[in-house]
Amino acid sequence: MTSTTSVPVLRPQRVAERFPILQRTVRGRRLVYLDNAATTQKPREVLEALQRFYSHTNANVHRGAYTLSEEATAAFEQCRERVAQWVHAPDPRGVVILRNTTEAINLVAQSWSRRLAPGDEILTTEMEHHSNLVPWLMAAKERGLVLRHVPITEEGELDLAAFRRLLSRRTRVVAVTGMSNVLGTIVPVPELVEEAHKVGAIVVVDGAQLVPHQAVHFGQLGCDFLAFSAHKMYGPTGVGFLVGKPELLEAMEPVLGGGEMIREVFLDRATWNDIPHKFEAGTPNIADAAAFPAALGFLEELTFEAIQAHEQDLTAYAWERLAGLGGLTLHGPKNPSRRGALISFVDEHIHPHDLATVLDTHGVAVRAGHHCAQPLMRRLGVVASVRASFAVYNSREDVDALVFAILAARRFFGLA
Amino acid sequence: MGSPPEVPLDELYREVVLDHYRHPRGREPLARVDVTAQGFNPLCGDQVEVALQVGEELIQQAQVLSRGCAICTASASMMAEALPGQTLAQAEQGAEAFRQVMHGKPFPQELPLGDLEALEGVKHFPVRVKCALLPWMTLKEAIAALRRGERRAKATTE
Ligand SMILES: Cc1ncc(COP(=O)(O)O)c(C=O)c1O
Repeated sequence: MTSTTSVPVLRPQRVAERFPILQRTVRGRRLVYLDNAATTQKPREVLEALQRFYSHTNANVHRGAYTLSEEATAAFEQCRERVAQWVHAPDPRGVVILRNTTEAINLVAQSWSRRLAPGDEILTTEMEHHSNLVPWLMAAKERGLVLRHVPITEEGELDLAAFRRLLSRRTRVVAVTGMSNVLGTIVPVPELVEEAHKVGAIVVVDGAQLVPHQAVHFGQLGCDFLAFSAHKMYGPTGVGFLVGKPELLEAMEPVLGGGEMIREVFLDRATWNDIPHKFEAGTPNIADAAAFPAALGFLEELTFEAIQAHEQDLTAYAWERLAGLGGLTLHGPKNPSRRGALISFVDEHIHPHDLATVLDTHGVAVRAGHHCAQPLMRRLGVVASVRASFAVYNSREDVDALVFAILAARRFFGLA
Repeated sequence: MGSPPEVPLDELYREVVLDHYRHPRGREPLARVDVTAQGFNPLCGDQVEVALQVGEELIQQAQVLSRGCAICTASASMMAEALPGQTLAQAEQGAEAFRQVMHGKPFPQELPLGDLEALEGVKHFPVRVKCALLPWMTLKEAIAALRRGERRAKATTE
């Protein structure tokens, strides 16, 4: 295909019309929502799916022998199948439905660490979100494991040479993000997996930022576990997934006990249900899971081809505009093809909190703070930064609004 | 649910606040340090260091160093200006009164709080309340340490 017309084009203004919340104003201004890495807004079809579930289908799952419960179970299991297809998981049994990325990583950290011996090593990185650090810290403390961290380069990329140096026969787990929520760096997961598997380590990928922005193929990534959240990809809050290799999940002990996860219970012992159910104790988040396929349908309709083209264009444009302002330090790789759709920055004179407050009065919602990555912030030598993160409904106009508001903040503080 | 009232930006950053932010007072080192406390807001990384010179329950001099946003810096500067000449009990009372102001109570005109009234608008911006309170929380820890016969203390907002 040589013609560019075959690439589907995303028109952000048209997409935005499908999001009721984007029609509201904030402090009398059009809402410019640029905190998508924290959570995205939800399109109308997702809201309708939620409403539909509660008005037509609501019942508990895997329990009652009646129509409603069967329908609810089917809707819940439909989510699992759709997610399995979405990331090309080998088997829907390898998809555990949980609350979020954090819970998924905790599950692996807790359960897998029980298979490890004191002195075994976990290799993670300096650019992880706390949710891919703290669960390993906890496991390490409990089991006497050793945590090591791959540093980042000046450009904000993972130091692959250091990764190779730190990887050894003692490394049992490599836990790494697919894309940094602060730097935007996209990590070459398949390369890491190849090396990690050579020493017999498993690889856990925090896909919270990666999965919403590109087509992810579980087999091609090659990792053993992949965690991500529905709410960062236009789906409801309260649903997240652990996608794992079924044979590994089978070998793992459950972490939570209760209903649903058992096969037989006696007063003095119990046997576990099959995967994935043995990791899904108690009533799951049925409604939100049932609504999530609507978000996937929305993404499918837009196509990742168009989404990536749009988001790369927007990120490149934002980089150029922000860099052009002067007086801002932008974090992370410059090359738009090596980064995801977000930019973190620090103004030379205005504290991130002050900047975010002024931006808010212009209707521009950005994140200011440490972005749940304190070790990375220390490495960058800042305590906080402002992060603008983009989604399918953001346009160049939104970037212009951001830039305009930054200039207004400088004027306000008497710096321009 | 309705939206919170739309409070204009200059209600948060009044001229007096901006002046303290641009020219913070009370940064000079003390002749004698009787107690120091470090305050930290892990959410935004704001840091405050309070040092007091105390004699007979009276704060003779205060040094307040801050590294943070405009609100935190201004609050620290105003505190540094207001403290000398207050008893430890008055300072504690002021800290508590200011905390209550941030949670909606009227400003206590009877207390010697200097320019602090200019920060009253912060209460309309809930995420910024901790920025304004950090210096005062740190002060409270310093005084508590002094009462325990210690010379150092730490405070965090979380
Ligand atoms: C890279 C990364 N990992 C993990 C998380 C945690 O996601 P959740 O809060 O949905 O568990 C986030 C988002 O906050 C993130 O950006």
